[in-house]
Amino acid sequence: MIEIAIEKELLGSHGKMPLHVTLSIEDKSFVALSGQSGSGKTTLLRILAGLENARGTIRVDGEEWLNEKYMLAPQQRGIGFVFQDYALFPNMSVIENLLFVRQDKALAQHLLKLIEMDELAQRKPNTLSGGQKQRVSLCRAMMNHPKLLLMDEPLSALDPLMRTKLQHEILTLHKEFETTTIMVSHDPSEIYRLSNRVIVLNQGNVIQDGDAKSVLLKTQGSQKFSFEGELLDIIKVDVIYVAIVSIGQQIVEVVLDESEARELHVGSVVNISTKAFAPVIQTSKR
Amino acid sequence: MFEIVKNFDFSPFVLSFKLAGMTTAILFSFGIFLAWYLSQTKSKMKPIFEAITALPIVLPPSVLGFYILFALSQNSPIGAFFNEYFGIKMVFNFTGLVVASCLYSMPFMVQPLQSGFEALPKNMLEASYIAGKSKFVTLFKVALPNIKPSLMTAIVITFAHTVGEFGVVLMVGGSIPNETKVASVAIYEMVEIMDYTTAHIYSGIMVTISFCVLLSVYLFNRKQNHRIGGLS
Repeated sequence: MIEIAIEKELLGSHGKMPLHVTLSIEDKSFVALSGQSGSGKTTLLRILAGLENARGTIRVDGEEWLNEKYMLAPQQRGIGFVFQDYALFPNMSVIENLLFVRQDKALAQHLLKLIEMDELAQRKPNTLSGGQKQRVSLCRAMMNHPKLLLMDEPLSALDPLMRTKLQHEILTLHKEFETTTIMVSHDPSEIYRLSNRVIVLNQGNVIQDGDAKSVLLKTQGSQKFSFEGELLDIIKVDVIYVAIVSIGQQIVEVVLDESEARELHVGSVVNISTKAFAPVIQTSKR
Repeated sequence: MFEIVKNFDFSPFVLSFKLAGMTTAILFSFGIFLAWYLSQTKSKMKPIFEAITALPIVLPPSVLGFYILFALSQNSPIGAFFNEYFGIKMVFNFTGLVVASCLYSMPFMVQPLQSGFEALPKNMLEASYIAGKSKFVTLFKVALPNIKPSLMTAIVITFAHTVGEFGVVLMVGGSIPNETKVASVAIYEMVEIMDYTTAHIYSGIMVTISFCVLLSVYLFNRKQNHRIGGLS
């Protein structure tokens, strides 16, 4: 059980902003931390790791990590941290990176086997691809049997295919070690696949807290589909109008009538939803 | 020709290299910690420390020499202390030269190391702390092995700069043969007594050695950069 009640003044893009978080996190849970950039996610993670100071208390399994007059050093917290830019030690080989944390050869080899990296054990990090580096970083974080695993956008620098592969590996590791995990992520599919709880931060405050489905699903009532996107353009075609909207990585066209076209402004964020049709779902040809 | 080389007095060079070697060793052993401290500290005092460390670069060697002479002489508390308790005299002898050289060459050791440490990704050091490693272990196992080009630069430039110093050694050491008469001072004397042949030979050796030393640094750094392809 992790109990967090912290406060810290942050310097955001709109001047000073208070970070104010009160949370309790169950053992063995996988929490996704989401929110716009600058909302305080990374700072919260760094405070949990002991890399930054804050006012308030952090209590992990009855052990005080932070209180009004004391801050436990990161060395003594027994955590794992996965950085977005891997942060591997370039002077050590893959296996040495793992053994640096703890001289436990059996565990290191077991971890590397689990993520199919055992053949690359003697390679130096600079000869690996981004996906391979992050897998090593993940294994390194698991080496000291962490009480808490913190991941700061671990997969956001990787391509979609590698991302999916690593999501499965993170899940495998989580199932095997049952480590309480907090991961910063922006990717809804990643959050849905991995986490059992989503916390959304905005301007330093928790604005949503629940399971992935209730937080991520944008549909209301009888809506079948609902997407948020950016209105790129409105084109007049004979008597009707066509809105061009960008949703995720795709562009879609939506037919508008004149009154709708007058109300909408190019550049604004819009919601597209449909109720009447039964959607057709097929395997993508891609 | 052979006769000239055989009878030539190389002792100023031996002295120069002995002085440079000792200075580099002393500065290296505590320059690492000073540079590490300066690279990691968030103290408001940091600019003051940095300015003090860089002073020998901008001060005229005569100013530095004058103060060192003043501080180490038997009339000053420091000089009197060492003389009384250890029986060490520190001016116009080799010991004084080592002390003076350490002060004079300090920025050439500290600055390359500090910028090397500062260029290391912060996350990498934090990863080591999170792995439970102390600052000391992190310095020797993670930081130092990843700043090899800076290490090489710091050591070689400190050595070369000590060999090349003139003003400070002249003021603190004078020109006592086999004690404080280093190569740069010897050349100055040869020119003064118009022994241009010896001055040419001494100067030629200095130019050759300095060039070779600098060339080896740049070659090493080039190779390092090719091999590790920078840090990521």
